[in-house]
Amino acid sequence: MTVLEWSESLVGGAAIKDERVAPNASWSGVVAAGEVLTIVDVGGNQSADCLIYNAHDPDERYSVPDTLAWQGNAYVRAGTVLRSNEGRPLMTVVANEIDRQDTIGGACGKESNTLRYGHHVMFHHGCRENFLSEGAKHGLGVRDLVSNLNWFMNVPVEPDGALGIVDGMSGPGKRVAVRAEMDVLVVVSNCPQMNNPCNDFNPTPLRMIVVQPGGVRP
Amino acid sequence: MNVRAEHRTDSVLNARDDARAQTGLNSEWMPYLPASSSPFVPAGVDPAGLTWAETVAPGGYTHKVLARGTRLRLDDPTGQACAHLLVYNALEPVERLNVADTLKIPWQAYLRAGTPLLSGDGRVLASLVEDTSGHHDAFCGTTTEAWNESKYGDARPEGPSPAGRSLFVKAAAKHGLTRRDLPPSVSFFQGIRVAADGDLGWLGSAGPGTQVTLVAELPLLVLLANVAHPRDPRPEYVVGPLRVHAWRGEATGPADPRFDATPELNRAYLNTVDYAEARGL
Repeated sequence: MTVLEWSESLVGGAAIKDERVAPNASWSGVVAAGEVLTIVDVGGNQSADCLIYNAHDPDERYSVPDTLAWQGNAYVRAGTVLRSNEGRPLMTVVANEIDRQDTIGGACGKESNTLRYGHHVMFHHGCRENFLSEGAKHGLGVRDLVSNLNWFMNVPVEPDGALGIVDGMSGPGKRVAVRAEMDVLVVVSNCPQMNNPCNDFNPTPLRMIVVQPGGVRP
Repeated sequence: MNVRAEHRTDSVLNARDDARAQTGLNSEWMPYLPASSSPFVPAGVDPAGLTWAETVAPGGYTHKVLARGTRLRLDDPTGQACAHLLVYNALEPVERLNVADTLKIPWQAYLRAGTPLLSGDGRVLASLVEDTSGHHDAFCGTTTEAWNESKYGDARPEGPSPAGRSLFVKAAAKHGLTRRDLPPSVSFFQGIRVAADGDLGWLGSAGPGTQVTLVAELPLLVLLANVAHPRDPRPEYVVGPLRVHAWRGEATGPADPRFDATPELNRAYLNTVDYAEARGL
């Protein structure tokens, strides 16, 4: 029996946005500079694949290597500055309820699923499909898909370099909160993968809450 | 040195003679044309089969479209090169290097002989088939102007410490691509290792004289930037020349042991061959 824990914003403030993302679905929203987005892992161990763009110039977008090289660490934790391909801060992780968040595992897709599991899963839905359909609402296309964040997913790198998606460290109602350092467009795929533990083989909803900390709604 | 005084260019004919007097000069960093004239033909390679021969300057970049099956050799003669690489399907450049898949699908964080450089479309753009260095990186990408400005105080593309991204922007532009088309890249010859807590430790160079060889599995647009690695701990901008050679060959097929070395590789090559055959390549 799936336990759903919807939680609340990790950061106090005036509510700007509060939306639920169905299992397997996509979501996008603009988060203005200073606002804080809380993502709730409602059912536990549900990967929220995430891309971030400068809302005014989407050619500037989230960059895994810039984020990692700048902090000198492969994992995303509280304090991690999510940087753009120009090295500039897009968002900062201000609170985090699981040990570490992933940004090296990338997104699933119909084509890459054929490599990982076989051509019999080609018909499955994937995060790349979600990114394409959600991105199209904002004029984004396949040229705009880059390596992404996977909130609540667990990808360890072992001493010999072995790397892969393993059982998650999250649970129902666990949260992460990220503060926008500029106006950003956030695109999320509620991962539909049914062939690995990135969502515990059980896709569940997400809750997306945006607040203006300590202030009144502008 | 007074360069002005060395040139007589007071008329068109004199200017033409002055320009033509440069014919036949060499520099430390240059392309060699025809490629068979390379002073550094790789051992065991027939010079007549070479399709690209070049020494890339420290802080320089280069780019080329290669035929399917081409062997691409990168040499680090001094142990100080850092070859930042992006590859695209030259026929449909929206198909491009996907670093996350390149690590995740082989279940391995470190680039090594046998690693497929995968696109996001479930195909192999290039296979890493030989590697005498083992010191590479797929985590840190290349440098930005913001990084080099903060580290070296200068990131001008024309300056002494250009950022890899600035050079990729120029290389991509020469193929009609923009900064929108620059995904995360990989780099060869300066290594990074991930500690248990995630720390990105500096492994650096394996020493002078190492090389890697890739096979183009599709018609391949190659962008290379030879710049200091972002995590290079040295405060000064250190990078050595990068040697590039390419020669004709065959793409990976069922007769190659790597075609079915793992289930993931097998399906990646099957997808790649499927695409090539459907396009009549």
